[in-house]
Amino acid sequence: MGKDTKLILDPLADNNPITIQVLGICSALAITAELEASIVMSISVLFVLGVGNVVISLMRNIIPSKIRIIVQLIVVATLVIIVDLVLKAFAYELSKTLSVFVGLIITNCIIMGRFEAFALGNGPWRSFLDGIGNSLGYAVILIIVGFFRELLGSGTLLGIKILGDPVAKTGLYAFGYENNGFMLLSPMALIVVGIIIWVQRSRNKALIED
Amino acid sequence: MSLKSKLHNLKEKYKGKKMAPAFNALHTFLYLPNETTHGGTHVKAADDLKRTMNTVIMALVPCLIYGMFNAGYQHYLATGAIEAADGFLGASFWTLDNLILGAWQVLPLVIVSYGVGLAVEFLFAVIKGHEVEEGYLVTGMLVPLIVPVDIPLWMLAVAVIFGVVIGKEVFGGTGMNILNPALTIRAFLFFAYPTWMSGDKVWVHGAVERSQQIAAGQNVDAISGETLLGAYAQNSTLPGIDYWDMFWGLIPGSVGETSKFLIIIGALFLIFTKVGSWRIMLSTIIGALVMGLIFNGVVDAGWIPDTSKFYGLMSVPFWQHLIIGSILFGAVYMATDPVTASQTNKGKWIYGFLIGFISIMIRVFNPAYPEGVFLAILLMNVFAPTIDHYVVQANVKKRMKRLKVKTA
Repeated sequence: MGKDTKLILDPLADNNPITIQVLGICSALAITAELEASIVMSISVLFVLGVGNVVISLMRNIIPSKIRIIVQLIVVATLVIIVDLVLKAFAYELSKTLSVFVGLIITNCIIMGRFEAFALGNGPWRSFLDGIGNSLGYAVILIIVGFFRELLGSGTLLGIKILGDPVAKTGLYAFGYENNGFMLLSPMALIVVGIIIWVQRSRNKALIED
Repeated sequence: MSLKSKLHNLKEKYKGKKMAPAFNALHTFLYLPNETTHGGTHVKAADDLKRTMNTVIMALVPCLIYGMFNAGYQHYLATGAIEAADGFLGASFWTLDNLILGAWQVLPLVIVSYGVGLAVEFLFAVIKGHEVEEGYLVTGMLVPLIVPVDIPLWMLAVAVIFGVVIGKEVFGGTGMNILNPALTIRAFLFFAYPTWMSGDKVWVHGAVERSQQIAAGQNVDAISGETLLGAYAQNSTLPGIDYWDMFWGLIPGSVGETSKFLIIIGALFLIFTKVGSWRIMLSTIIGALVMGLIFNGVVDAGWIPDTSKFYGLMSVPFWQHLIIGSILFGAVYMATDPVTASQTNKGKWIYGFLIGFISIMIRVFNPAYPEGVFLAILLMNVFAPTIDHYVVQANVKKRMKRLKVKTA
């Protein structure tokens, strides 16, 4: 596996930012009740982290190390505001669902973590790949969690009624099936993330820490 | 050939195979202690995990049988088919009709609870290659007793899978769990399917069905299945129920928790056999009484207007809190779970007291959760190791001081 491909593929599984590094948990718990919100959140993070990593990497030699956190914050804040405004302009309903969590991308540990750990020490191309890889790793978990929570909690996927209509009692609901309200609550998101971590580590024993 | 040697042969036959734990389960349940010691000198005693579990199950059987009678009784009473029973030995309570209807409703709950739960245990035993553990035997008995009688069976099955896997197996099985599995199952049901776990329609068999018939336009009388706690939380009371009915258990509620009389008998049995901790039971009750007294004091001092939504439950005399909800059941059978409770004696007092205290607090202050016992116990399960840690540390400190005084 080439060094560059590794940058993309590693964070997808064996060095996943959520399940292995346990970063960015808050947003993974808060906005994954619907699959659509998870996808939009993933794309937003992909944009912010991809572009942000490149910008920081380009500036890495001129940023004084004493104020690097402030510079990083300014970069990420600028990008997040762009995302926020775009969402408000073109997907207003969705931006209301995501509410404060778009703004909170600024404090998403994954982003500051990659700036600090990677972009400050590597060239723009490699930083770009690292940013894409990590946000894809974030996206994979968000989408898995969002998939199960929306399917079991609301019986829908991307707003389409998969399991039938709960009011008219069609599909599964005709047999007495009911949506699992627990899935819509944040604690269940934590449990789903926990189950993913459990499955992942039991398949790859090298990931288990003491 | 005796059953024992047959099972033993079976065990030898499948030794080393992947499915071995599944075939060995019966042998394990009936004849084999979980761990046997080899060599050296040991104190011989008969109290192993199996004896502990069996004793708790024996203490629960009266509650289960009573629960069957009560399920039938509450149904026929609500439909107006029978008169209210007069006391524990009332003529209209211990009837065959009540038992048949109740057993028809309750036994499926027991079967689903044991069937699904043991299936999960077998699966994990096979995957992990250890012996099937007896831990689920008590959980499987507790679960049907703490759910409403009309809960759909598939919901119970889903909850049991969740509770056994997340509440127990992820931590490493019996003896390793942080949370009480039976209460994890109840909490799952409560948050996942709230319409089946609370409200005024679920506690009496047939009430949901009847309300659907009415909604469909049929001309029948509605059945109300409100619990006393539900009524108090609405600042009203249920007519025709006196304290003795609450004590004997002639009230709607979860299947096995209504009869305080039988729970007290079970508690005495557990204390006598030294299986349940009397410290936890007593301190839980004290905690509940203290919180009840505080609320009564607030009401007496006139700090709260009688229009307040908390007034109904706050003005309940403190001792009544023990007989209107499931605090006694929780204190005797749930809080005393030796795995999830505090281990130190001092810790047990603190642990139990806080369970009682918080239970009544949730009961009064959170209108969405009319009964807070299971939440309080789960919360204190999480804190039990912390309590133990500080109790042990305090003891270490005390002894260190003593040592210094002596050596100085």
